[in-house]
Amino acid sequence: MKAALLLVILVCGLAVGEAAAQATRNAPRGPAPADAPLITDLSSHLIAITSSFTGTELLLFGAIDEPGDIIVVVRGPVSNAVVRRKGRTLGLWLTERSVSFDGVPGYYAVVSNKPLEEIAPEPLLQRLQIGTDNLRFRHLGGEPPPDMADFRRAIIRQKIREGLYHEAVDAIDFLGPKLFRTELSFPSTVPVGTYRAEIYLIRNDRIVAAQSTPLFIDKHGIEQQVFDFSRQEPGVYGMVAVLLAVLAGWAAAIAFRKR
Amino acid sequence: MPIYLPIAELSVNLWLLLGLGGAVGYLSGLFGVGGGFLLTPLLIFIGIPPPVAVATSANQVVASSVSAVYAHWRKNNVDFKMGLVLLVGGLLGSSFGAYLFSVLKRLGQLDTVIALSYVLILGIIGTMMMAESLKALFGKPNAAQPVGRRKRLHDHPLIRALPFKMRFRRSQLYISVLLPVMLGFVVGILAAIMGVGAGFMLVPAMIYLLGMPTAVVVGTSLFQIIFVTANVTMLHAVTTQTVDVTLALILLIGSVIGAQYGVRHGARLRGEQIRGLLAALVLTVAIALAFELVWPPADPYFLETGMQP
Repeated sequence: MKAALLLVILVCGLAVGEAAAQATRNAPRGPAPADAPLITDLSSHLIAITSSFTGTELLLFGAIDEPGDIIVVVRGPVSNAVVRRKGRTLGLWLTERSVSFDGVPGYYAVVSNKPLEEIAPEPLLQRLQIGTDNLRFRHLGGEPPPDMADFRRAIIRQKIREGLYHEAVDAIDFLGPKLFRTELSFPSTVPVGTYRAEIYLIRNDRIVAAQSTPLFIDKHGIEQQVFDFSRQEPGVYGMVAVLLAVLAGWAAAIAFRKR
Repeated sequence: MPIYLPIAELSVNLWLLLGLGGAVGYLSGLFGVGGGFLLTPLLIFIGIPPPVAVATSANQVVASSVSAVYAHWRKNNVDFKMGLVLLVGGLLGSSFGAYLFSVLKRLGQLDTVIALSYVLILGIIGTMMMAESLKALFGKPNAAQPVGRRKRLHDHPLIRALPFKMRFRRSQLYISVLLPVMLGFVVGILAAIMGVGAGFMLVPAMIYLLGMPTAVVVGTSLFQIIFVTANVTMLHAVTTQTVDVTLALILLIGSVIGAQYGVRHGARLRGEQIRGLLAALVLTVAIALAFELVWPPADPYFLETGMQP
């Protein structure tokens, strides 16, 4: 477990390095400022899911050296998704077709101080997959159908309904010209795993600075133990589940007999 | 009070779950049905992912059935011999059903088959039971009785001619063992495909096809449902890993208590009253599911994440 965590931190460290390298590539040439152009952090890097978890909010805050535009992107772990479309056959609404995708983030949030297209040019947003329109899902199995875009849009629509995807264009509060903060909200249905918060500082259509910081969402205590048990010893877990049910039913029956 | 479910991976109100378990347990004790056909759609309705809803319902039905069987057993209303014979057919049928399940899944028509079989089977059984119990309740007792009896299938000469006869003392029957085995087999297939204990199909079949007394039918059906749902729970725990023990425990706390009240109130009702009420319940579910098939959905696209494509 510790080794895995260490590995995750290492990987995230690399990701930060990559983003930073990108920032330097994109940064305008000239004398580098004495202070870092962008400093940010999260109020917490670990969300522990316990039995009373109903979703949570995190505070992301930071400072910039000179005025500019801020985009915050939070990405959750990716997984497969199957989209089914219902159609009308003989008066009944039945499943007509299904399309499978890979690389679908379980959580995705974009927060900025202005509409994205006013901050950065389209190719840049596309390349960094900023904005739900620019998310790239990989189609699984055979030739992509001509109406794949409809299925892709359906994923985003559904995720927005569930509160798992989120786009807000006027949600960064500036406290004076240099300090900013924003709230990120996570519903109780957030998938567990390693998240990444990316913060971009943009001036004149260019990324001046970027930061990437990890965020871990994990089950904790009894929730974690139950989940691990169900995955590591599924046969024993099933037997325990059946046994618990039999005992509870039996106990209730006896309790009621005595009355 | 919210509680986080570790396998379903979301938080739900604790009192809502306890109430849901209690209501389904009550009906289960009253009618001798496991209640899976009610619990699964209700869990999906409150936002539990469908695979978790199916597997966890099976687990909690084990508990409510044990609780109710105990009460029926004390009233001497369980025909264990009949239950075991049904179970033999049931285990064979559910294995075959599991195979059919995978074939249909490969053909991509599983959803359609499940939706249609729910509506058709619930609709047919509900209509038949409703017609019969209305006749018994409101028909002229002297004139209707002989006609109704002759129409019952278990009196048909072909069925009486079947070999391997066995005496079922508690049910006061001397019938071919092939009948309950075949019945268990067919119900087992449907149980595996529809993901329920299928008590709502078993109860009317035992009355009309086997000719068992209604009082014994309820306890006996519950007795065999214990084993069928235990088997389904195990299969899901190993293959789909979608049994949520936390969810099942909360549901069963409500349902084992509800089941006791159900059995008590059931003892005060007449056989045809129980059958009439069950018929009304089955028809309501059938109509609700049919409505879903016919009414245009708000969004024709449905999303499943984390699934194997």
